[in-house]
Amino acid sequence: MIRFEHVTKRYPESGDAIADVSFELAAGEMAFLTGHSGAGKSTLLRLIGLLERPTRGLVTVRGRNLGRLPMRRVPLHRREVGMIFQDHRLLPDRTVFDNVALPLVVSGLGHKEIGRRVRAALDQVGLLRKERSFPVTLSSGEQQRVGIARAVVGRPPLVLADEPTGNLDPDLSREIMGLFERFNQVGVTVLIASHDLALIATLPYRTFTLGAGRLTRDTGPRS
Amino acid sequence: MRRPQRRPAPRRRSRIPLRLWRLPGIWASHHLQGAVASLGRLMRTPLPTLMTVAVIGMALALPGGLYALTRNLSLLSTGWEQTAGLSLFLRTDMAEAQAAGLADALRARPEVAEVRLIGPDDALVELREAGAGFADAIGLLGENPLPWVLALQPTADVNAPDALERLREELAGLAEVDLARLDTQWMRRFQAVVDLIRQGVLILGAGLALAVLLVIGNTIRLEIENRRGEIEIMELVGATPAFIRRPFLYAGAWYGLLGGLAAWVLIAVGLLLLQGPVTRLAALYHAQFPLAGLGPLALLALLGGSALLGLLGSWISVNRHLAAIEPH
Repeated sequence: MIRFEHVTKRYPESGDAIADVSFELAAGEMAFLTGHSGAGKSTLLRLIGLLERPTRGLVTVRGRNLGRLPMRRVPLHRREVGMIFQDHRLLPDRTVFDNVALPLVVSGLGHKEIGRRVRAALDQVGLLRKERSFPVTLSSGEQQRVGIARAVVGRPPLVLADEPTGNLDPDLSREIMGLFERFNQVGVTVLIASHDLALIATLPYRTFTLGAGRLTRDTGPRS
Repeated sequence: MRRPQRRPAPRRRSRIPLRLWRLPGIWASHHLQGAVASLGRLMRTPLPTLMTVAVIGMALALPGGLYALTRNLSLLSTGWEQTAGLSLFLRTDMAEAQAAGLADALRARPEVAEVRLIGPDDALVELREAGAGFADAIGLLGENPLPWVLALQPTADVNAPDALERLREELAGLAEVDLARLDTQWMRRFQAVVDLIRQGVLILGAGLALAVLLVIGNTIRLEIENRRGEIEIMELVGATPAFIRRPFLYAGAWYGLLGGLAAWVLIAVGLLLLQGPVTRLAALYHAQFPLAGLGPLALLALLGGSALLGLLGSWISVNRHLAAIEPH
């Protein structure tokens, strides 16, 4: 699903964010990405979501060389990658329903289909009754669940999450991880960047550790 | 014969089913949705929208109003054009018989509809009746100084200014003729003034169109700045540049169209305000002159042109400013 070969990403102002990183994540796997802040976790996810392109090396997602992907193909790639952020990135002036519907609206789906899929996604995250609410009226955990619903509503084969439990208490964090596990069980590949080591330790998934931009540890695929 | 090997059906790349026959419908619904949504967005902020529309309207009303003015002046002069004729002043030594002979010769020409013979005595009487001051002056003259005059009315097909001028030149060359004067000469000067104003309208229009372009471009730039966060999120979830661009282009077209409508209303109100004085002025000449509006063609050009200007203005702005926004 994802394959990194000697990937380096250098920013002109701050130097190498990740350096010579190689790994492979198979389709249907679920994995964590840990490391201190500034270790390059976000950069790695951004390379997969094509928010950045690598300075050196090869990033391949679903057999597609992202470094060579033409600009006009970028939107289509992003539709196949559901992204979740610590700060949710919701539109404050739109309802929960409209926020979750955005990826489908952008793909040009019909109204009926959008309604059906959005409600299915909201049902999965347990927010079906909040569809008419605005994001500000929701708690942080609920907002994060809206962000997750938006990421999975287009049924992408790959979901990336950047510190999805960063602002949540342990109970809510476990609940969110449970959601990811459920997506993974239906075949979605999931990669979660998190520094919540205590929580990760309780879960039986492959873990990558980044240190100063380099991959320092990889527990390997779950057998 | 070897049969070509069946290749396995290509795997669908997108999880969202995209059916080809539905593409035109999707495309149309996207556009309709975009048009309605951007109009709705403009209506949600009525005051700023109104101000932008008013600025555009005033900028367009100026050349539009001047155009309406030239149109009315042209309409005014077409009434006179039909009475255009030629006056041939014969040499003073021409007698009545010679004048009548020339009149008969001219009547035989195909381009001449009618020739009226005005004798010096008739002309003198006419002049005497024309004004009180003339009578005394004429009384002082020992003999009648006026020549025979042939008032010539050309047929309708020689009524064009150029044809008339050629006829005048030809007749002026006749031995009997002292002076050939086209009655429409002053009218042609008038027409030249109208043409001058019309040219001015074009130049003014071009300048103000540029102003409208800048106003709309700037409005759209601010709009893009305001919705920066939204644009980033749209890009994040896979919106194509065209999808993001569309509502801004529609907004520009709406601004232009609404501005054009505002200009039309302003021109109509202006004409309405002028109709009273014009009616009074026309009454002094025992005439009626209902002011003409822009006319359907010019109105269509105004609305279409303004919408196009809006589209162009936002297009320039969108191309300059949207590319700079990348999700972070």
